[in-house]
Amino acid sequence: MTPLRLTVLLAALLALVAVIALFAGSGGAGPAALFSADEELGGLVLRELRLPRVLLGILVGAGLGASGAALQGFFRNPLADPGVVGVSASAGLGAVICLYFGLSSLFVLALPLAGVVGAALGVIALFAIAGRGASATTLILAGVAVNAMAGACTALLMNLAPNPWALAEIAYWLMGSLSDASWTEVGFATPVILAGLVVLMPLARGLDALGLGEDTARSLGIGLGRLRLAVVLGTALAVGGGVAVAGAIGFVGLVVPHILRPLVAWRAGALILPSALGGAVLIVLADLATRLLSGPGIPLYLGVLTALIGAPFFLWLVRHTQRRAP
Amino acid sequence: MTRLLLDAVHYQPGPRPFFADISLSFDRSGLVALVGPNGAGKSSLLRLLAGLAEPARGRVIHDGRPLSGLADRDRARAIAYLPPDGRTAWPIEVRRLVALGRIPHLKPLRSLTPADADAVDAALEKTATTHLAGRQFDTLSSGEQARVLLARTLSVGADTILLDEPTAALDVRHQLSVLEILAEEAARGALVIVSLHALELAARRADRVIVLADGQVRADGAPARALSPDILADIFGVQAPDGLVSGGLRLAVPTS
Repeated sequence: MTPLRLTVLLAALLALVAVIALFAGSGGAGPAALFSADEELGGLVLRELRLPRVLLGILVGAGLGASGAALQGFFRNPLADPGVVGVSASAGLGAVICLYFGLSSLFVLALPLAGVVGAALGVIALFAIAGRGASATTLILAGVAVNAMAGACTALLMNLAPNPWALAEIAYWLMGSLSDASWTEVGFATPVILAGLVVLMPLARGLDALGLGEDTARSLGIGLGRLRLAVVLGTALAVGGGVAVAGAIGFVGLVVPHILRPLVAWRAGALILPSALGGAVLIVLADLATRLLSGPGIPLYLGVLTALIGAPFFLWLVRHTQRRAP
Repeated sequence: MTRLLLDAVHYQPGPRPFFADISLSFDRSGLVALVGPNGAGKSSLLRLLAGLAEPARGRVIHDGRPLSGLADRDRARAIAYLPPDGRTAWPIEVRRLVALGRIPHLKPLRSLTPADADAVDAALEKTATTHLAGRQFDTLSSGEQARVLLARTLSVGADTILLDEPTAALDVRHQLSVLEILAEEAARGALVIVSLHALELAARRADRVIVLADGQVRADGAPARALSPDILADIFGVQAPDGLVSGGLRLAVPTS
């Protein structure tokens, strides 16, 4: 399959899934209500709850999928994923700091920016520990370290939380959910995540060349310093913006590129756009599932669901890559 | 006419200087073999010449211009480089792998032009890997992999080709055929500098042999002179009673 055909196919699938998510479930309304201005409840649910939730799911999923593909291409390692290597946790820490100290009320973009700064620090720490041409083991160990550090700082803040409600808020938020999605979240996540995608998309050629090793890539005229900077910036924006509005949703960036890789003939660069679309499909579907499975008063969290699916997959992948490694 | 010039280069990647004041000049074309014991500095020298390592002092000059002043893309079109550890991270198709050599020629966000496709075809043909074009790299034997990576290097279409041990891990017939391909590139007017452990191959096929040891040029010149019995005994601790240049193995001429 050519990358173009795969992209068109995934875009069509995304449109289909989005429409299903929009109209499935109780309390909605028919398509006509989308464009009417009346104050009827069904129409309101559709316009003010479902539509922003689906759009936010698409954005967050696209950011995670594209970041996963870019990180895997850059590290030449199928185990790299924003969640596994601690970028999501760092973004979460940034957002928690912002929530904890009430910085999010200062200006609208404070929360997503805190997520982006946290994610950027996480990727930089990862580069610093794992270094160049890190083996799979080193990368995962570095990810464990970054995860542990961000987790410890987050736990400290929760430990010092002034009251149980603040603690509960942080804890639930960290589980990852789209249930609070509104047009406000869509409004401030869109520019941040889209900026991240714009930075990541043109990296295709560099990532393709990097598959032959750093020296070969450099001999082909790829500036590794610039490529590294773009990966840091792009992942920080795409993941940080998403984590800030939806919490930590793991394993999307791991699973999606892995499934799509054979379909683009194992080309690291051709994987970024399809992974963005695939990530969006996965999040919209998973969020629909949490919505339909949640009982009254017992919300199922999106991050919990993706982790339940993703963690066994990760285990399988670790075994698989271990067997293939020289 | 000089194509590549190493001008009083100091290189110090670690605590001790690796090269102290080394100067070498390379003509516009020809097959130059770089030989020497392990750790002699062959790889470092090739990386300096490829612009992948920066000299601490001194200059590397390509076609009259300092290498450090060239844009990445211009340098990439002029100098092709094959690293010693020939591997790929992903099991991509051979033809796509060879096409990666065209990256320095591609316009942003454009795919391969017919000229690029021709260069890829030519590189596959030169290395006798056309029949492998549709295979995945990881399913090839190590001899086939080495030839495919060589095709990737040739598809760049550069006039200067630097190769770090392209014949390591190859059987004797594949070693000979790789040297044959490199000699043809030199004959078409390219400067080919290749590091080798196989002294007989260097002696027989190269136009010039440079013997490196401990970061110093110990001999430099025509094979018979550079690989003299004294040098062989002194640097490599071996002897060749019947000489290196004559005798030895050749590719079999197919009898049809």
